[in-house]
Amino acid sequence: MSLAPLAFGTTVLWAAPRAGARLLVVFLRGGLDTHHLLVPIGSDFYYRVRPNIAIGRPGQENGSIGLDSYWGLHPAVLETLAPMYLRKQLAFVPFAGTDDDSRSHFETQDSIELGQPLGGSRDFQSGFLNRLAQRLSASRPIALTDQVPLAMRGRREIANVALRSVAKPAVDARQSTLIASMYAGTRLAAAVNDGFGVREDVMKQLANEMSDSARGAPPAKGFEAEARRIGRLLADEFDLAFVDVGGWDTHVGQGAATGYLANRLEELGRGLRALADEMGPRWNDTVVIAISEFGRTFRENGNRGTDHGHGTAYLVLGGAVQGGRVVGEQRAIEEATLHENRDLPVFNEYRSVLGGLFARLYGLNGADLEAIFPQAKPKDLGLV
Amino acid sequence: MEILIDTRIVRSAARLIATLSLATIAPGCSSRTPPLAAEPKGESGSRLETLDSYALLDRVSWGATATSLQAIRSEGNRRWLQEQLRPRPDPSLPPALAQATVSLPIGAQPMAQRVIGLAERRKQIDAIADEEARSATRKQYQEELNAVARGTATRMLLMALYSPNQLQERMTWFWFNHFNVFQHKNDERLLLADYEQTLRAHALGRFRDLLGAVVRHPAMLVYLDNAQNAANHVNENFARELMELHTLGVDGGYTQRDVQELARVLTGFGVDRRDPSTTPPPKFVLADRAAQYVRVGLYEFNPHRHDYGDKQVLGVTIRGRGPGELDQVLDLLSRNPATARHLSREIAQYFVSDAPSPELLDKMASRFTATDGDIAAVLQVMFESEQFAQSLRTRFKDPVNYVISAVRLAYADKPILNAAPMIAWLNRMGEGPYNRQTPDGYPLIESAWTGPGQLTTRFEIARAIGSGSAGLFKTDEPVPTERPAFPQLSNQLYFEAIQKRLSSATLQALGQASSPQEWNMLLLSSPEFMVN
Repeated sequence: MSLAPLAFGTTVLWAAPRAGARLLVVFLRGGLDTHHLLVPIGSDFYYRVRPNIAIGRPGQENGSIGLDSYWGLHPAVLETLAPMYLRKQLAFVPFAGTDDDSRSHFETQDSIELGQPLGGSRDFQSGFLNRLAQRLSASRPIALTDQVPLAMRGRREIANVALRSVAKPAVDARQSTLIASMYAGTRLAAAVNDGFGVREDVMKQLANEMSDSARGAPPAKGFEAEARRIGRLLADEFDLAFVDVGGWDTHVGQGAATGYLANRLEELGRGLRALADEMGPRWNDTVVIAISEFGRTFRENGNRGTDHGHGTAYLVLGGAVQGGRVVGEQRAIEEATLHENRDLPVFNEYRSVLGGLFARLYGLNGADLEAIFPQAKPKDLGLV
Repeated sequence: MEILIDTRIVRSAARLIATLSLATIAPGCSSRTPPLAAEPKGESGSRLETLDSYALLDRVSWGATATSLQAIRSEGNRRWLQEQLRPRPDPSLPPALAQATVSLPIGAQPMAQRVIGLAERRKQIDAIADEEARSATRKQYQEELNAVARGTATRMLLMALYSPNQLQERMTWFWFNHFNVFQHKNDERLLLADYEQTLRAHALGRFRDLLGAVVRHPAMLVYLDNAQNAANHVNENFARELMELHTLGVDGGYTQRDVQELARVLTGFGVDRRDPSTTPPPKFVLADRAAQYVRVGLYEFNPHRHDYGDKQVLGVTIRGRGPGELDQVLDLLSRNPATARHLSREIAQYFVSDAPSPELLDKMASRFTATDGDIAAVLQVMFESEQFAQSLRTRFKDPVNYVISAVRLAYADKPILNAAPMIAWLNRMGEGPYNRQTPDGYPLIESAWTGPGQLTTRFEIARAIGSGSAGLFKTDEPVPTERPAFPQLSNQLYFEAIQKRLSSATLQALGQASSPQEWNMLLLSSPEFMVN
């Protein structure tokens, strides 16, 4: 099932870059239990070791939605992600993740966001998306978070604006002009103007939403509302973005076909569908990558939940994606397959997978990729 | 990871400061080296006298206020600075603080008692059969931990706002950041208050004392996993950071082998959360091992877990013999020239410039070595240096400095009753109290805090502070406290010191303010208020 990584040599192997490509990285912080979303319906072992929380086989009551003979989808995403998969706009990469074995949220999130080789000393002022933005000098990157995340810190200045709840800025346009006038000619003038500029762009894009709700339309909630705003910004102003969604650390009572995690997955699915809707024709140029720091234990624990694990599954979706597939190196999941008899091994190291994807999407060369993911071997899974 | 800000929780001031800080500050201060009275007043000393007092005050403290400006002007720069460098162990706090009515959820019990109690509760929770009941009590337990962390942050902010020992407070923040721990690792939230008090007590004392106190503090042992470090199960985390971040610096000339050897020295230093009254000490065959067992509060040295083999650290043989090995290594580390250099650089980055000059670092490092790590003495040479003088009014404030200086300007004489809005602002700007996950602490360089999103957020906060009470006086008392409508920033300090330092562009913008609230917002947003 795996494709051999492309070698760098004299031949140009990469596809031409897609004009106007958009990339959104969604970080699912907390460690999503991907066995709950992408269900290994072909694994008897799965049903044996998850007596209370497994998602049933297709055709069973509340069973999963069959994707192929081995994989199924959680029924909570029946109306959102399943249609995308059928339209070939959604691919899954299971057995994905990092070689960071710490099983610590912080350690692993940091390793992923920094995207630097493991084992060396880390530079906390150099995230992989910042290095990508440096290489794509014409790009307009933005962090859709309260603080600039590690992934976007670095030499290129990237602004941040959180869209979880958007209030009209308290500092109005006239006051902004007054403030900017105090900074004219100072070393901070550019940063002040950029800051107001980004804020204005964001507010302009979201003006419709505000007037919609003013007319009494029921506003969307949670991640769905946030994703709609992101869709508007990506359709127009920005083309390289990062957002995070929390709430995946399900040690206790995660539920099965229904319950806590089912609700979270439903919300995630609705959000991703809303994003696609909102982007209109731009969706065809878009790639969304949803990743989590690690997967969870393959067996359920004593609290009907799961603990920190290792390999996870990535979602890659968008109009530009060659989807409708579960891609990358895989193995049937038996007891013997497990990493440290606990969780999934990583066969699709994320720096290789993302490197290969970026190469195709943006037509990057070997030097670009080496700058973005030093010492990684880009692996082309044909995702775009 | 979510930080809950509960506006009801703030409980304040007097009792808390009275019962906690003062009581615990005192013992540390007694060990401090005597004042540098005998020191000759050289050329650099007279440089100090020529500095603009307002600028000096604004840089050394958490922000100038009318009262502190009066103090430095009447005492003179040199004497004022001496007092800051060698503060009185029992600062008399503003009487208004003493009027505060409620208490913080910290300090009622000592750290160990609280942790042991909650660890016991945690066990009981895990044993609850009913899933819903278990998750409800678990939530309650987490909320209790959050409340303690908020209380600790509140105390830190109130001390920064109102303690007369301003430099001690700034150095307390500095050392916390230098020896950073993260509130959301394990039960760290319960350990922060005591840890911060420990740092405060040694903030201006000898580095070796400070280091010794940190290395055996449960907050650090838990954060850097030394509680798991045992003979034949070595965890290198603490050993590495102890050399890379805490003492020598990354280029300080140690090797991976030194890290491994130091990790062996550190085996057995850990934390025990069991109730000592019901937990008998471990049994030892050898009497001298039994004699080495130490349990003080949560801290434990367990000979069963210690590697008694000889070690080689930085070329020195450390004879395997128990807890004394660590003290020998800490002596080595704290007296290593690389440590003097590394710490001098960090202190100068915090107080002077992103790129302190080699001359300044030489002076500071040699003072460090000459005084066997007297922190106040190192600070003094730095404050007397030409580069420090040249840097005044140019250093961009980090978010913590910005928020505290703004609230000091607004409410120096009217102590706030609720620090939760300040905690929320700091989290929004990415420098929340105890919220740095990684052991390197928050960056000290300016560029970390001057991004476009950072600045617009700062202006929003300027507006919140300038245009109302911003929640800073909100309490959960049945009878609402008096709430000032908005602060008066065009005050005595403004007319005496600030106004004449504003550019014509800033004065022009202020002139266009349509209300006093807007005027406040503009002043707090001005380029001049962003620096000190």
